[in-house]
Amino acid sequence: MLFELREVGLGRDGRPVLEGVSASIPGGATAIVGPSGSGKSTLLRLLNRLADPDRGEISYRGRPLADYDPLALRREVALVPQLPALLEGTVASNLEYAAGLAGAPPEAARCLRLAGLDPDYAERDVAKLSVGEQQRAMLARALAQRPRVLLLDEPTSALDHAARDAIEAALSELRSELEIAIVLVSHDPEQARRLSDWVVRIEAGRLVACGALEEVLA
Amino acid sequence: MSGAPAAALGTSIHVSVGQVAASLALVALAAAISFWWRADLERDVGIAAVRSLIQLTAIGYAIKLIFEADTIWLVFVLLAVMVLFGAITARSRADRVPRAFVPLLIALALAGASTLGLVVALGIFEATPRYLVPVGGMVIGNAMTAAAVALNRLGDEMHDSRPRIEATLALGATAREAAMPTVRRALRSGMITLVDSTKTTGLIFFPGTMVGMLLAGANPTDAVRLQLILLYTLLGSVSIAALVATGLAYRNFFTPAQQLREPPT
Repeated sequence: MLFELREVGLGRDGRPVLEGVSASIPGGATAIVGPSGSGKSTLLRLLNRLADPDRGEISYRGRPLADYDPLALRREVALVPQLPALLEGTVASNLEYAAGLAGAPPEAARCLRLAGLDPDYAERDVAKLSVGEQQRAMLARALAQRPRVLLLDEPTSALDHAARDAIEAALSELRSELEIAIVLVSHDPEQARRLSDWVVRIEAGRLVACGALEEVLA
Repeated sequence: MSGAPAAALGTSIHVSVGQVAASLALVALAAAISFWWRADLERDVGIAAVRSLIQLTAIGYAIKLIFEADTIWLVFVLLAVMVLFGAITARSRADRVPRAFVPLLIALALAGASTLGLVVALGIFEATPRYLVPVGGMVIGNAMTAAAVALNRLGDEMHDSRPRIEATLALGATAREAAMPTVRRALRSGMITLVDSTKTTGLIFFPGTMVGMLLAGANPTDAVRLQLILLYTLLGSVSIAALVATGLAYRNFFTPAQQLREPPT
């Protein structure tokens, strides 16, 4: 298993956000689904140690997550947040920054193509991109680190249909071209059907179901 | 101390209680304007006038005692008290920065100690109460303002830039790397006011020391030289204070595992 969660719990301001979540996430593409406010994004953030659980344990490739150096882990398990948050400058400077952190060669054209953007976007100022283009630039920036796992938090929630289709096409292309595992948060079961083969369903911070796509979203 | 500034500082005038009382007419004017325009500041104007009277009178007697005792240890005690109250005051301006007091205390102490140490070491001022008390007060007061402004901005920026900072952490950047653009803007905020006022000094306004010396009858050349020394000294102290305060305080937004702490609700 890629990730194993055992009795994971997390609270905020005295209120539980996640409670007793035990689930397995294999390689391939997994969707974490559930209604808004159910704790999906919080669960995703635990997987690359942007936050740590209050209770329980998470393991990655058989080793407790807490044993990993958070910086090295985040370069291997890249997270693309729900809303674009690029650094000031050009798309290329963002990609170079990310590649530099991971010690990877800067391959802007390749990463942009994988994220569904034309290589000409490299020299564009990020402030002048549409939200959909920024979201794809965020994806390209994560890919510049050559991660083994890609965590995507509602990657199309702020986009129109055309931009959503472009991102989904880019993700499908990614899976076929790269040996990369994807964990995707989505409130849309149809998107989970289109993009994943394993589903973790949570509601009100508790696990409801975990298993193959056809079993959970029959 | 040697040369013109030393001679200039030797100048003295007598100001009567009647003259101070007469200047209260301007305080009444300020209160009247507030009342007339319903600015709701009459009470604050009154409190400001009374507090300044009490505080300055008290510090005036304290300084008189320190001058008469002529011992450097009393100067250190006075400056330490100023640093402590400065950090307490500045903390109230930095309410969005977690545990801001210690960074502020260290920033003010370092700014005061290093700046005064340097001006003494360079032979600009003598290490005597007569010079260290007034210069120390100015140094610590300006350092307090700069550190408070810098941390106020840091708190706002860390809040507003939270998505970008967390997205940068998600790439495997350290807390320092993720916060650096924010820390840089906060540092700039702390320094910019004095830098700008130093640029325009003599053109748009006359700074306090120079005005005070001219009123006391000093030679204008001496007044200008002393003012320049103080302005350059203050530039150093506000830079140190803003740098140390922001450089220490930004760490309080992160956990040891390079995670952005949840903001208090």
